[in-house]
Amino acid sequence: MRDLTNEILELIRRTSSDLPADVEERLRAAIEKEAPGSAARGALETILKNVELSRENSSPICQDTGTPIFYVKHPEGWSTRKLREQIRTALAEATRKSYMRPNAVDAIYDKNSGNNLGGDDFPYIHFEEVEGDELTIELMLKGGGCENVGIQYSLPNAALGAGRDLAGVRKVVLDAVHKAQGQGCAPGILGVAIGGDRGSGYVKSKEVLFEKLGTRNPDPKLAELEERLTQEANQMGIGPMGFGGQTTVIDTKITGLHRLPASYFVTVSYMCWAYRRRKMTVKSNGEVVYD
Amino acid sequence: MREVTIPISDDVIRSLKVGEPVALTGVMITGRDAVHKWMIETFIKKTRQPQGDDLEVYEAIRPILQGGVIYHCGPVVSGLDTKQYKFVAAGPTTSIREEPYQADVMQHFNAKGVIGKGGMGPKTLKGCQEVPFVYFHAIGGAATYIAQSVEKVLGVYKYDFGVPEAMWVIQVKNFPVVVTMDAHGNSQHALVEEDSKKVLESLLSQPY
Repeated sequence: MRDLTNEILELIRRTSSDLPADVEERLRAAIEKEAPGSAARGALETILKNVELSRENSSPICQDTGTPIFYVKHPEGWSTRKLREQIRTALAEATRKSYMRPNAVDAIYDKNSGNNLGGDDFPYIHFEEVEGDELTIELMLKGGGCENVGIQYSLPNAALGAGRDLAGVRKVVLDAVHKAQGQGCAPGILGVAIGGDRGSGYVKSKEVLFEKLGTRNPDPKLAELEERLTQEANQMGIGPMGFGGQTTVIDTKITGLHRLPASYFVTVSYMCWAYRRRKMTVKSNGEVVYD
Repeated sequence: MREVTIPISDDVIRSLKVGEPVALTGVMITGRDAVHKWMIETFIKKTRQPQGDDLEVYEAIRPILQGGVIYHCGPVVSGLDTKQYKFVAAGPTTSIREEPYQADVMQHFNAKGVIGKGGMGPKTLKGCQEVPFVYFHAIGGAATYIAQSVEKVLGVYKYDFGVPEAMWVIQVKNFPVVVTMDAHGNSQHALVEEDSKKVLESLLSQPY
């Protein structure tokens, strides 16, 4: 089996230092909506200068290089055991090269492992066998500031008047945006899972964040709610960094899951503006391309 | 942009107002979750006996914090093997986690500024008036850009807390921040919170 360690190292470098074009484009567009001389506009201008510098220097966009979340989709015949080892080796090397901050801290003994490897679950790696002959590895780096403002609601929620329907979902998601204020490094991107259990809700609310900005849920009811939530969240005026301003949320992505009759969870994962996600594809001819 | 040199006097602190962009120059120290907990437990509430190099570190950081600035930051640092430290990426971390500790820490060390992101709460705002000190907001995530204003790493304390949690003593030049909580009881964060709450309530009352 081919050794992909160097290619995965390159995936990590790109993810940490090179913000995807669709995100940068939205941030640029957001500048024009903020008043000249305002703190919000200043924040966005600084953000974009930083994006350019990080790309030039191959240095992390954000010092919090986050939880590394890998999604590996492989054709039949690949060894997931070997791929896991290659990912872990590449991650330790990326840490040595300062593409990544050592971020894995033993929660019981407060000890930082120093190389981003910790137990079986850090980094988080999801494997899935797929049809065809292309292997893809997607990586998302999700910082702690935005992870901390993620939230799960159990409906009905009396305080918000939220029942078990999309009207209720809308209410709790808007509440989540208000609660987050600028803490999650606004402008943010919302990943929302409706249904599932507590665990799958969080997993799926992050999984939807792998999709490109502007991709709408194929269900028109959810697509409409996605658009509406982004627009209404921006009415709150929280703005970049929570300074007050026009752009609080860049996009919203919703996924619907099955739930138990007894449970109705709405899980919101908040992604910061430093929306670091990249994909590498190993084509059938062996060529490796990055997106 | 107003230029402010560290250490900062009380007069300068009281002259700073919410919304004012500031360029900071001088020596500051990074400190976040582990550091604040350690300071409170070991030297302020004294619920834990000093151990190892605690007393030595305390004596070393005291003069830096007198009139000084604490930066809520867990940097990416190169040169760890050779100790030729350099800040590669060094934006602010979310400050609200230090809300239980911040005012007491500032009071104890007579420190004059906190740099972070996301703002802090009422206990810190009260401390801003009493000590006095101000909260400087740096741009979250702008890590490479901010690292450029770090001229030199002068040293590190409590390295065993881990790279992100250690106390890095850094010399900065024109470090870009905005005052979002001042020594007169004003907080940009409290204002935005309040205004956005009104909009939220109006949105919640609309039919689907």
